[in-house]
Amino acid sequence: MGIKVVTKPFGEIEIEEAQIINFPEGIFGFDDIDKFVILDSHEKSPFKWLQAWSEPDLAFVVIRPQDFLVEYELIVSQNDIEFVEAENVNELLVYAIVRIPSNPSEMTANLQGPIIINPKNKMGKQAISLSEKYGVRHRILDEIKTTRDKE
Amino acid sequence: MLVLARKINESIMIGDDIELVVIDIKGDQVKLGIRAPKNITVHRKEIYEEIQQENIAALGSEFKPETLRDLSDFFTLEKDKTDEKKDDRE
Repeated sequence: MGIKVVTKPFGEIEIEEAQIINFPEGIFGFDDIDKFVILDSHEKSPFKWLQAWSEPDLAFVVIRPQDFLVEYELIVSQNDIEFVEAENVNELLVYAIVRIPSNPSEMTANLQGPIIINPKNKMGKQAISLSEKYGVRHRILDEIKTTRDKE
Repeated sequence: MLVLARKINESIMIGDDIELVVIDIKGDQVKLGIRAPKNITVHRKEIYEEIQQENIAALGSEFKPETLRDLSDFFTLEKDKTDEKKDDRE
């Protein structure tokens, strides 16, 4: 049986209980939001919504780093991995929060604070990247262009 | 706050297994070495603030619903091009 949730992009919708991800520490700046759901945006779109369970207005556009980068390596502390009770990084789903400015083609992804989710136990956290390659604003369309040029 | 004066190459211990070493001092910059167990997370304080500010900035993203669809199309177009290239190689 579905559960009703009020979302920013779609209003009230029904989801499966399995779609709820627990974020015991919330995410940075939103420490007390301990449940999120991941929603598809459109069919075939790489964008998804990270929707706060209890706050309809609190929703982030997210994207998987591998959808716009040629190569992506998640480097986070052992603490972050253990927090979501994962054995290693390969088990994790990773999303980057997307900022869409007034000129949408300048949208950026935050790879400094990747959202990591353990799909087995539905535990999530905003981790901190330990790699010097990744910052808070990666221009997504520029990265795609780089990807294309390399091919 | 506990304040300790240390010289280059001197260190302080935090608990039994965290060591903070003063590696170098140049002008107003101090280079610190940290020896700690793997499960201890060490980050510059600014990192937390940067990520927090970026989350808030992302939340302030205001765009029309169709914008996301348009941006998504961009990805599919790129992907199609890549697929075509792959086909060429075969």
